[in-house]
Amino acid sequence: MKKVWVPLVFIALIGLLAAGLRLNPREVPSPLVGKPAPAFELPLLHAPDKTFTQKEMLGKVWVLNVWASWCPPCLVEHPVVSELAKNVSVIGLNYKDAREDALPWLKRNGDPYQLSVYDAAGRIAIDYGVYGVPETYVIDRKGVIRYKHIGPLTPEVAQKKLQPLVKELSGGG
Amino acid sequence: MARILVLVVSVWATLLNAQDPNLEKRVAALADELRCLVCQNQTLADSNAPLAQDLRNQIREQLAKGASESEVRDFMVARYGDFVLYKPPLKASTVALWAGPFVFLVLGAWLLLRILRRGRPEPQLSDAERARAARLLE
Repeated sequence: MKKVWVPLVFIALIGLLAAGLRLNPREVPSPLVGKPAPAFELPLLHAPDKTFTQKEMLGKVWVLNVWASWCPPCLVEHPVVSELAKNVSVIGLNYKDAREDALPWLKRNGDPYQLSVYDAAGRIAIDYGVYGVPETYVIDRKGVIRYKHIGPLTPEVAQKKLQPLVKELSGGG
Repeated sequence: MARILVLVVSVWATLLNAQDPNLEKRVAALADELRCLVCQNQTLADSNAPLAQDLRNQIREQLAKGASESEVRDFMVARYGDFVLYKPPLKASTVALWAGPFVFLVLGAWLLLRILRRGRPEPQLSDAERARAARLLE
């Protein structure tokens, strides 16, 4: 009779391990969500002599998408980003890339970005806590990061998380 | 002449830069306790991922500028979260992590003691068996 707890402990342990298996260890919660988007002033991918800073987006809801021509998953998410760009300004952060590779990549696959900034050294990406390209940030009117997605955007994530969030942030105040 | 002078100065400057064993030691020590986010079971020191190299350079740059170890650690945590630390800080969300092993140790010791104390019950023998055992032992 008193051995009743043995199977109970066993079942609890199985439950715990099963839950652990479902977690994705690659998705590290970002401490940046809820914080102001780190400041940058970077040259444009298309025009090296012009620069762009995140301040120019104040007052708008926008999406920052970190991409590179050497990154296969970026190509995978490309149609999703293009679809997203119909409803919200998407700024590209071209990460540790070369202009002679990045520009043909956009020409080949289409350029969904309002503009792309060129972070050849990846220094600004470090400020954004980037560790696996592609990464996507939703930034609100006050310049605060509201959401971060690591890895390629899937149509599900775009429809269920990004689009509603963008709509919500754009709607009120 | 001027060209040689420039060359000498630049070589000297590079050597000076590369030969700061003290700085390199501090960089290595810090890189050894920070996690590489690309290959998550390696430290920044072990990993050859490009991001790990960049972050090592970041550490070197900041230490060279006079930042303290804890300032560099804070820089990394602000960007990547507590996850970058191989030694997580003690706070409400990590209490289970820190106390867990000790709780299990105490629990195990208690269980072990209980089982040992209970001992084994004496075998029940009938009178005939007892008499036979006594005969055999003589």
